[in-house]
Amino acid sequence: MARRSTREKLSQEINAGSMADIAFLLLIFFLVTTTIAEDKGVLVKLPPWVEEEQPEQIIKERNVLTVLINAQNQLLVEGEEMDIDDLREAVKLFIKNPDNDPNKAEKPTKAIVSLQNDRGTKYEIYLQVYNELKAAYRELWEEEAMRLFGKPYDALNKDQQRKVRNNFPLVISEADPTEFGEE
Amino acid sequence: MAHFQKKRGKTTPAISTASLPDIIFMLLFFFMVTTVLRTATLKIQVITPTATELTKLVKKSLVNYIYIGYPLKPYQKELGTKPRIQLGDKIADVRDIPLFLEQHKAKVPEKLHPRITTSLRVHKDVTMGIVYDVKTALRKANQLKVNYSAKKKAENQ
Repeated sequence: MARRSTREKLSQEINAGSMADIAFLLLIFFLVTTTIAEDKGVLVKLPPWVEEEQPEQIIKERNVLTVLINAQNQLLVEGEEMDIDDLREAVKLFIKNPDNDPNKAEKPTKAIVSLQNDRGTKYEIYLQVYNELKAAYRELWEEEAMRLFGKPYDALNKDQQRKVRNNFPLVISEADPTEFGEE
Repeated sequence: MAHFQKKRGKTTPAISTASLPDIIFMLLFFFMVTTVLRTATLKIQVITPTATELTKLVKKSLVNYIYIGYPLKPYQKELGTKPRIQLGDKIADVRDIPLFLEQHKAKVPEKLHPRITTSLRVHKDVTMGIVYDVKTALRKANQLKVNYSAKKKAENQ
């Protein structure tokens, strides 16, 4: 047997050649067992369930924006047909009411959006409308944040955000759907 | 002045593979971070709609999933073609929702209960009737934080 020189002994390392194989094995395992996360969505807070009928609150008609989506997926805002693309502007105009229109909200804090749909309404359309309503409020908050603090809404701290939101409270009331067009 | 180096032997040295494990590990970590373990095999098809006002669900352990969609081809014989609800691995009924929510609640620490969110993953063509029934069941079970799962829409402005 040939004697090894001291230098050879020093340079001996752990063989890392199989490391790649191990890592590959793990990689393939994760590739197979996982799906890419796409956990995003429109966050909604449902109203709590109450057994008995609530006494009807007296809300002035002018403060309520009625949004209806029927089973034919048509959008009806305050009794008039409307395109989904125009909804955002209409909602903003209704809440802000810059010209003091007697048919629009007295104050942004009093405005309520009432959303009603049929049982036959397509979920996609419903979500689109809901999304537009949220987007309208989001834009209002953005404007208010700029006006009050000179910063975009996301850059504000919690208290400031609350203050902005209190000036334009998001109130979407969902009525029970009508029975039309059930599959 | 210049001292030229001797030419090396003609044979090219083998490419060093020492950095290969590092590269693979990097890939591995990327996939580990960006993916979630598959929780349920879906028996129904769910294509979520698109939206712009999206909120990310951060804590996976605080989320339970309710799927609503059309049964996939292989299951259509037993399930029909009407939209169905799936809770976890099983096709279920609206009546099974409270129990499902309780089972999930039991796994979550008491003080985090108010932060539990239900992710509704609904096929875009489903009608609101079944969605409303599920919503009513959630309201009755006092599970009020709901997230309508949706994909990001590319806004054309």
